[in-house]
Amino acid sequence: MTYTLWIVITGCLVGLTCGVTGSLLVLRKMSMIADAISHTVLLGIVGAFFVTQSLNGVPMLIGAAIVGLLTAFFVETLHRSGVQSDAAIGVVFTSLFALGVVLIAFIGDQVHLDVQHALMGEIAFVPWNTLQIGGVSLGPVAVWMLGGVLFVNLLLIAIFYKEIKLSTFDPQYALLIGVPVVFIHYLLMIMVSLSTVASFDSVGAILVVAMLIVPGSTAYLLTDKFFTMLWMSGAIGILSALIGYGSAVYFNVSIAGSMASSTGILFILAFLFSPRHGLVFKRLRTT
Amino acid sequence: MHALHVSDLTVSYDKKPVLEDVSFSIPNGSITGIIGPNGAGKSTLIKSILRLIPSITGEVKVYGEPYAQQKKLIGYVPQRSEVDWDFPTNALDVVLMGRYRHIGIFKRAKKAEITWARECLQKVGMLGYAERQISQLSGGQQQRVFLARALAQDAMVYFMDEPFSGVDAATERAIIQLMKNWKQEGKTVIVVHHDLQTVEDYFDHVLLLNKQLVDFGETPKVFTLENLEKTYGGKIAFLQKTPSTEKEHHAHGHLAFESE
Repeated sequence: MTYTLWIVITGCLVGLTCGVTGSLLVLRKMSMIADAISHTVLLGIVGAFFVTQSLNGVPMLIGAAIVGLLTAFFVETLHRSGVQSDAAIGVVFTSLFALGVVLIAFIGDQVHLDVQHALMGEIAFVPWNTLQIGGVSLGPVAVWMLGGVLFVNLLLIAIFYKEIKLSTFDPQYALLIGVPVVFIHYLLMIMVSLSTVASFDSVGAILVVAMLIVPGSTAYLLTDKFFTMLWMSGAIGILSALIGYGSAVYFNVSIAGSMASSTGILFILAFLFSPRHGLVFKRLRTT
Repeated sequence: MHALHVSDLTVSYDKKPVLEDVSFSIPNGSITGIIGPNGAGKSTLIKSILRLIPSITGEVKVYGEPYAQQKKLIGYVPQRSEVDWDFPTNALDVVLMGRYRHIGIFKRAKKAEITWARECLQKVGMLGYAERQISQLSGGQQQRVFLARALAQDAMVYFMDEPFSGVDAATERAIIQLMKNWKQEGKTVIVVHHDLQTVEDYFDHVLLLNKQLVDFGETPKVFTLENLEKTYGGKIAFLQKTPSTEKEHHAHGHLAFESE
């Protein structure tokens, strides 16, 4: 496998995993919680390092899931006790992220983990960090992590498909007919945390938000079906990764940056030209 | 046998009481209208009965058993404004949501469930819109989709929150027909309602509420001028005769409620 191909595969996996998971956040009007979790998982990663003394995949995923849940829980608790929900998100994520930044300093030079890397990621380094079993290289760790998280997320969505759908559309009715609404909420928070941490190495904390939210928002403009929105969001994520990689190579710029920019460009295209919800066709219909 | 028994229900937001010590028992096979001014806690009452919002004290029994054990018997039509109608789904899908409990967790809707959901849409005159996106339905049509979903649930006690608000005449007729059918089948219907003029036509029982229970009972006995003044705190204007003092059905007076 060549170096380039691994980067493209990693990018596509980031796009697909974040796209599918993020579309649920968009529908639940919880895009800002993605922003929060994408930052606070840093604390989970640092925490996992303190416990295991390595930046190994599985402990990192567990750490991120725990901190992701904590983030959602703190936001919910503050909101319930009377803090505005956007303020609650702002307070919780900056505090937990700051704690992560402070703790990173204690790790020192032992491993490659710094704030710069955490924020921006570097997909170009991904192919060198490979999974070795018995001296055989099985491909980049990031690909395995992303693939595993994608599998878990798709499995959870498949199992709880109608529960997720109902609790998103009409949570009170869902509660009434016995759907575990709170459980579904935190399940989704875990899925977002896992997607974020798996994408961390490649695109970093800031740009992963773009991969989570923008493909979902774009798909929302293009379809009126729940299922279509999920897969379309994933497809737009993949497309953004491909366009992003191509243009990064062509213009010799950051790969993660141009992947995220591509999601923005695709969104603008959908915003203008979507057959049903696009600005242009709406104009045409009204005139 | 009472379909619904509520005792000492108290609810408060931020320590301000919204409902105080509300107790009543609704007989089986009745249609009850919950009437009261804005902010009287009408929606709060049914939502706290349904455990959608927490109550401080209070006990709810359905057919003599605690609510938690009888949840399967409860149907609910929320206010139309409570959900996001831009959600990407169609009318049939929304009706199928009423069957989720029957379908069970992990499973998908079988053919029989879909056929049943279509029948429910037909009963409210919406079969032709089954595949229509919910955002493209009119307000009345959206309300009928909610009715079909409640119908699909096949419950025994139905709660409806302002089902008549902002709907067209066809939908109004559909709601009334549905309530009558449910009553005939021995089911119980409880409706939050704000239009005083139609109370006597729609409901055989009335519950007058203004943070506390003013009165509950059969419509002719409870829906009186005196009780309405108590409920609305004198903010009610009777422009002609009140319906309740007028025996003849054709001579309906105009009854208006001055909102603050």
